[in-house]
Amino acid sequence: MKALSKKRRHPLAAVALLLFGLLITGSLYTAAGNISEAKAAETTSASQADVEEGQKLFVANCATCHGMNAEGSDSGPSLIGVGAASVDFQVGTGRMPMQMQGPQAQVKPVQFDDEQISQLAAYVASLGAGPAIPDEEYLDTTQGDAAHGGTVFRVNCAMCHNAAAAGGALTRGKFAPTLTGVSEKHIYEAMATGPQNMPVFNDSNITPEEKRDVITFLKTIEANGSAGGAALGSLGPVAEGLFTWTAGLGIIIAFTIWLTSRPS
Amino acid sequence: MTTTNEYQASTATGRIANFVDSRVGASGMVKEFGRKIFPDHWSFMFGEVAMYTFVLLLLSGTFLTFFFDPSMAHVVYDGSYVPMKGIGMSTAMASTMDISFDVRGGLFMRQVHHWSALLFVASLSVHMLRVFFTGAFRRPRELNWVVGGVLLIMGLAAGFTGYSLPDDLLSGNGLRIIDGVMKALPIVGTYLSMFFFGGEFPGDTVIPRLYSLHIMIVPAVIILLIVVHLFMVVTHKHTQYPGPGRTNDNVVGFPVGPVYAAKAGGFFFIVFGIVAFIAGLFQINPVWNYGPYDPSPVSAGTQPDWYIGFVDGALRLMPGYLGNFSFEWIIPFPWGDNTLVMSVLLPALVPAGALFAVMFAWPWIERWITKDNREHHLLDRPRNAPFRTAVGAAGVVFYCVMWAAASSDLIATHFHVSLNDVTYWLRTLFFLGPIFAFWLTRRICLSLQRKDREIVLHGREAGIIQMSPEGGFSEKHEEVDVYKRYLLTNYVDRQYIPAQPDAAGHVSGSEKRRAAISKFFFEDRVAPVTPSELEAAHAAHGHHEVEGDTQDSIAK
Repeated sequence: MKALSKKRRHPLAAVALLLFGLLITGSLYTAAGNISEAKAAETTSASQADVEEGQKLFVANCATCHGMNAEGSDSGPSLIGVGAASVDFQVGTGRMPMQMQGPQAQVKPVQFDDEQISQLAAYVASLGAGPAIPDEEYLDTTQGDAAHGGTVFRVNCAMCHNAAAAGGALTRGKFAPTLTGVSEKHIYEAMATGPQNMPVFNDSNITPEEKRDVITFLKTIEANGSAGGAALGSLGPVAEGLFTWTAGLGIIIAFTIWLTSRPS
Repeated sequence: MTTTNEYQASTATGRIANFVDSRVGASGMVKEFGRKIFPDHWSFMFGEVAMYTFVLLLLSGTFLTFFFDPSMAHVVYDGSYVPMKGIGMSTAMASTMDISFDVRGGLFMRQVHHWSALLFVASLSVHMLRVFFTGAFRRPRELNWVVGGVLLIMGLAAGFTGYSLPDDLLSGNGLRIIDGVMKALPIVGTYLSMFFFGGEFPGDTVIPRLYSLHIMIVPAVIILLIVVHLFMVVTHKHTQYPGPGRTNDNVVGFPVGPVYAAKAGGFFFIVFGIVAFIAGLFQINPVWNYGPYDPSPVSAGTQPDWYIGFVDGALRLMPGYLGNFSFEWIIPFPWGDNTLVMSVLLPALVPAGALFAVMFAWPWIERWITKDNREHHLLDRPRNAPFRTAVGAAGVVFYCVMWAAASSDLIATHFHVSLNDVTYWLRTLFFLGPIFAFWLTRRICLSLQRKDREIVLHGREAGIIQMSPEGGFSEKHEEVDVYKRYLLTNYVDRQYIPAQPDAAGHVSGSEKRRAAISKFFFEDRVAPVTPSELEAAHAAHGHHEVEGDTQDSIAK
């Protein structure tokens, strides 16, 4: 220690320190690069392992309803050919595994981590061809056209999800959920796979670019917020009427009572 | 006459005022009207609220006309709202978008206009409910009740025509329903629809036509009716709630000048402030969410504004089929089959028609049943007219069931119930709700009347428990003061009037029917306390023992 402290004023000490620092940084960088490279290689090449892992997860968590080979049963549909997108949506939003049988699967905290979800998706995708998880390209809202997306949305989606994407009722306790806070990927997957009671909007019906437009529209109105003040749930005239009769008339009645009160 | 000294004002303002007054004679009117007495009660102010919101509607509406273009010509939107840029729409919709996003203060004025419209019809309705439940429509005010009813209908017309103007998806769906109802009318339906829309729906003329109605015809009729209404209020004088010193021949309250002029003037600005507050903070009718009208899409949560909701609800409640019985009737005529769509016609016209028919006719129905043709300037407390209060409650429930049905989808999603079950329940309530409401309200009124009797005869429970020297407990009852007793004992005691023979000694069929209704309404009644009953009660009750607290129970 004493020797080191003696030499720290040496003219070459700064150079030595710089070299030392570069060496450390360089080797750390290389090591990290090697590790991520190894990981990437693993995910691409080890998809067979993923499928096997996914099958294990499937048998443990899904087979009760969907059958040991995903062939379906009385309490759950066949998953052969539903594709990776379907699994990614249903499991990734917490709808699956289902908490209980009911009119439709409810959103709840996600039960698996991302790796497990992709393993499950790989397994189900291996059973038959189906919609794949969308490319990043189609989820990039900077490339979408919000106005065109709005038109597509009003024609195809608003009758269930409401023009402001606030959600709406379907028959017998089923419903179209609000689309606020749903990720781009999940919106895309929902359109491609038609979860619960939703129809499938395949690529010839709404092209991947149009799907991106719809996502852009939804994300734009979500980011814009409501221009005219509190949106009252974006539920339309019912919320406005309720507000009139409760808050509006309530405030007015309070004032009429004040105006006609007399000190007694 | 010429010898009298002309009044000379000492100030310049006074001289100008005198100049004007000596030519138009305004001071006489002010003197007369300024001494007009109005009674003071919070429930009397809803008509005023309706008038003030109407003034607000005129002011904000005038502002909107400067920027709104009702044309249905096709344009491509190029305003500042990005999610709508480049979309084709009508000029009406585009100018609404411009008012919302490119006209300074435009969105605020739109929201002021729409919120005051909702409040206008709401306060009108509450005002009419107040008049109904207190019996203020009785002679001599029957005609003013009718004028008020027409004002309500004109309010609905003004609201609906205005709601449709932006030509957005939501209001276009509403017009489509109107189109459907028109076409359901037998024989004339299609002609009427073609006439109204200037061709096949939606055409390109309906918005300008609605605009003419909305900004000229309907407001003109409303202003005219308001003048008639207020003129009659001045002629009849205002009604008042019963109370000591208040009779059928006087009005107890404050004069217009200065008290009411100040109060009403201040209240106008309060209402203005409330509406501005709501309009500034709460969004209403975001047409940019709904998008331009296009006949193909219908958004979830498509409802009319609240005051048309009951008709929409009736349409939602009506089944197309009942078992195998179809409500779509094909009627063979020599010239071919005509379709009669009863599943549209019945719900669209019958409940609303029945509601308004009973509403308009009620003053005469009540006079016929009660044979009461006296002038009434003292109001009924609702409990003291159990039959009327019950009929009113039945009507309110009938309306509210349909009203709720218009939001059946939102009830289903927000209370996590099945939409079908909501519909089934509301269908049941549509028929049973009014009957139950009638029965329950009448029982409540009669019970309240009994309670009033009890208070007059035995006094108010003071909450003070006294122990007698023997150890018995009793509660002290305080006698009500004379003012309160006056209020509780003086009311119109309506009784069953059996069928009366006419001059020829014949009891007509309609008289028998009247008697039957009279019996149904007035068989159960609670008579007001008579002075002799009161004396007897006072003699018998020095004090009143606590229930069940007899010597026996204490000995135990």
